[in-house]
Amino acid sequence: MNKKAINEMEISFPSYSSNEAFARAAIASFAAQLDPTLEEICDLKTAVSEAVTNCIIHGYKDSIGIIYIVVKLYENRQISVKIRDKGCGIADVQQAMEPLFTTGGEERAGLGFAVMQSFTDKLTVTSKVGKGTTVTMRKYFSRRLTSNEQG
Amino acid sequence: MAIQLSLRSGTLTAALEGEIDHHTARELREEIDSAASRTKPKKLVLDFSKIHFMDSSGVGLILGRYRLISQWGGKLYVANLSPNLERIVSLAGLKEICTIYRRDENEQESNQ
Repeated sequence: MNKKAINEMEISFPSYSSNEAFARAAIASFAAQLDPTLEEICDLKTAVSEAVTNCIIHGYKDSIGIIYIVVKLYENRQISVKIRDKGCGIADVQQAMEPLFTTGGEERAGLGFAVMQSFTDKLTVTSKVGKGTTVTMRKYFSRRLTSNEQG
Repeated sequence: MAIQLSLRSGTLTAALEGEIDHHTARELREEIDSAASRTKPKKLVLDFSKIHFMDSSGVGLILGRYRLISQWGGKLYVANLSPNLERIVSLAGLKEICTIYRRDENEQESNQ
């Protein structure tokens, strides 16, 4: 990962579930500068949707708090997305990341972290009970051939 | 987000449209469950052909409907997942609890 970002943006918004669609669309729209493939954009949107949903369902549970997102673009088609809440935090991060583990009830599949993991290239989760959780995802978009190279 | 429900000879079909996330899943769940609980279908088909985005909330939606119709011995069918959606569904190993098919493979059945 190169150290210096070539572009970056920050957004923050209250943890209303109606903002899930906004968050993934905003990040996908910013990431479009790196000219990712449709599949890569879809993967990114899915991973972002999972992380934001976690902030809403788990971090802030029955309350409304602010979700903070920082997106950085790097040379060589790399992107990092940091999604942070100041909610309840996770006591056992390793357990929370196990596929199918959930405290979200019957309608939740327990796949949030598994999806983030398999749809991005690197996932880091740090959390402190009572302070909140930060999820950082990195993704490397494939190098696309220019029309010259294709021709 | 939209949903169209139709009941034909014991099969309840829910044609879903739009994006499925934690926010939209709730409304879908309520609509499907209210129709399914009323009609107790032998077959419930969830048709994803018009879903262009889904996160793991969609998997939760499938799992929850499986639990519901199992109460009266109904069977769950998941139709027309795009390749992107199929990747999420495969993380959950849903093939053991429902039949997953594409329309072209099952044209006759879906026309009945």
